[in-house]
Amino acid sequence: MTVLDPIDRELIAATQAGLPLSSRPYARIADQLGLPEREVIARLAEMKARGIMRRIALAPNHYALGMTANGMTVWDVDDERISELGRRVGALPFVTHCYRRPRALPVWPYNLFAMVHGPDKTEVEAKRQEIAALLGTAFRASDMLYSTRILKKTGLRLSRNGG
Amino acid sequence: MSHAPAIRHLTLDDLDRAIINRLQEGFPLDPNPFEIIATELGCSAPALINRLQRLIATGAATRFGPFFDAEAMGGAFCLCAMAVPQERFDAVAQAVNDRPEVAHNYEREHDLNMWFVLATESAGELAEVADGIEEETGLQVLRFPKLEEYFIGFKVTA
Repeated sequence: MTVLDPIDRELIAATQAGLPLSSRPYARIADQLGLPEREVIARLAEMKARGIMRRIALAPNHYALGMTANGMTVWDVDDERISELGRRVGALPFVTHCYRRPRALPVWPYNLFAMVHGPDKTEVEAKRQEIAALLGTAFRASDMLYSTRILKKTGLRLSRNGG
Repeated sequence: MSHAPAIRHLTLDDLDRAIINRLQEGFPLDPNPFEIIATELGCSAPALINRLQRLIATGAATRFGPFFDAEAMGGAFCLCAMAVPQERFDAVAQAVNDRPEVAHNYEREHDLNMWFVLATESAGELAEVADGIEEETGLQVLRFPKLEEYFIGFKVTA
């Protein structure tokens, strides 16, 4: 587990809703936390170097951009090849999440999960075929689960005091 | 909610598209980060900031800011799935959603028709919550913790 100091936690809490859309966003956060701007930048850089922060970026709304179909594709991939192939599947431009997870035999033989987005089911199906072609003979079975309903969605909660 | 079924058709021009595509890649840790991106895209920093405000206000983008790795911050996460009989689906969904540790929950077309993510402070709590849901519902909770991550990105070409 990575230890965050209290100032890092404050910084995370202060930026979780987003970065201020002003010309000097780090200075704005610095003012809010009573820190020098250069410390805010240095701490974010340090958290990025440690892998705590992945990056600062814009999250587009897939649905608003017309990518209304999403399928969770799942694959039973050779254990010896999954790391190499998983990285290649994850690098495909239409795959937004890609993980190796344990199988749950006998009901669930799949160990590679790749989320695919597209404008419609036909396109998502075509993309699934692209993944199948990439995996070639290294997978035995696959399935695709469309989401039909969002039952709950909340943001990440992080307590400020680290408790 | 970003998944609202009725989404207006958004009119994006070339600059909007360039901004969406560029800012998915990352943002400089520099005192004047918008200046740097604006120069790259051939617009002014105030114009870039205006466009960003509009993209978020119209729902073309959901968020602009740092993305933290929740596990690196000390949390524990697990994707879980259940096969819920159709006649009990809504009641089970309610029972699952009522737990604050359930971060999100999706219905999917499969025998395993309920997929949710548990988020807790420790791995031990994950098991407690999943066991608790099994006890409460009488249904098995299959657990699919992440073993390896190959990529998380957005990469939508606008």
